[in-house]
Amino acid sequence: MITKHLFAGSLAVFLSVFLFIPEKSYAMHIMEGYLSPFWSIFWIVLSFPFVAYGFFAIKKKISENTKFFMLLAMCGAFAFVLSSLKIPSVTGSCSHPTGVGLGAVLFGPTPMAVIGFIILLFQSLLLAHGGLTTIGANVFSMAVVGPVAAYGVFKGTLKIGIKSGTAVFLAAFAGDILTYVTTSIQLALAYPDAVGGFITSLWKFMSIFALTQLPLAVSEGLLSLIVYNVLLKYSNKELSLLKAI
Amino acid sequence: MALWKKNIILLVIVTAISVLPLVTLKNAEFAGADGLAENAITEINPDYEPWFSSLYEPASGEIESLLFAVQAAVGAGIVGFILGRITAKKGE
Repeated sequence: MITKHLFAGSLAVFLSVFLFIPEKSYAMHIMEGYLSPFWSIFWIVLSFPFVAYGFFAIKKKISENTKFFMLLAMCGAFAFVLSSLKIPSVTGSCSHPTGVGLGAVLFGPTPMAVIGFIILLFQSLLLAHGGLTTIGANVFSMAVVGPVAAYGVFKGTLKIGIKSGTAVFLAAFAGDILTYVTTSIQLALAYPDAVGGFITSLWKFMSIFALTQLPLAVSEGLLSLIVYNVLLKYSNKELSLLKAI
Repeated sequence: MALWKKNIILLVIVTAISVLPLVTLKNAEFAGADGLAENAITEINPDYEPWFSSLYEPASGEIESLLFAVQAAVGAGIVGFILGRITAKKGE
């Protein structure tokens, strides 16, 4: 019952977005050099412990069961693919999904910190996308907050009795959206509006990012669900062991 | 509903979501965020100058597309390989 209403409600929200006049907008990682040295180091320091802890979490998980390595590699590859896709949105511009939601649902948020870090490093070094000075901030938004949100939503929705497939969709959706909410917060902190301060900047960035990201977050949720459906059927045992079911 | 039917439907929805803007918004530029994100920051803080630039920038949009395509291909290859392994009939 709940899921039917949830689905109808979100569908309505999603479709009504098309009624808004699309404006130029954007949602991606913070570019090289666009965070002052202070903020650059701040976010690097904040995100480093998560990445470091993630390495040990991965080692531990893989040693528990050889099948886990394959699944983790697949989650990493899934994130690799999704974060490389620039998808058009209702606002007239493009953005990336994050792809880390699926891995967070299966393995918890900590391993995803490492995977997200690798992806962001690759993109900043070879694609001039994101940056080295901004890698701390981008890791924090995409590889820490996103996965934590996805994992939290997954576990929370399972607890209130929602089917695991729907839970995965909602988790990946939430992780995607919250990644960009975090990016908005990071930018608003770094560039408070001259008149309105942090809140005005935050509102500005969020109203832009959130709109662009909504359809992409839905797509990310659906794509994550596609893979999860296959795992439900063929890797049921592993999913149970991971408590991801 | 069979697994593959469920997944095909989901895939169709994803494709529709991605294609819809291209079909309905004829005048939009669909520019990537990178250049566009700078505008908002410059609006708020007109004097800001980036203090660090990328170590390597792809020589052209074509090269950038190549690298994104390689990233997607490598990722998709791994996902496909593993899903193939998982769904293989017993005894392979």
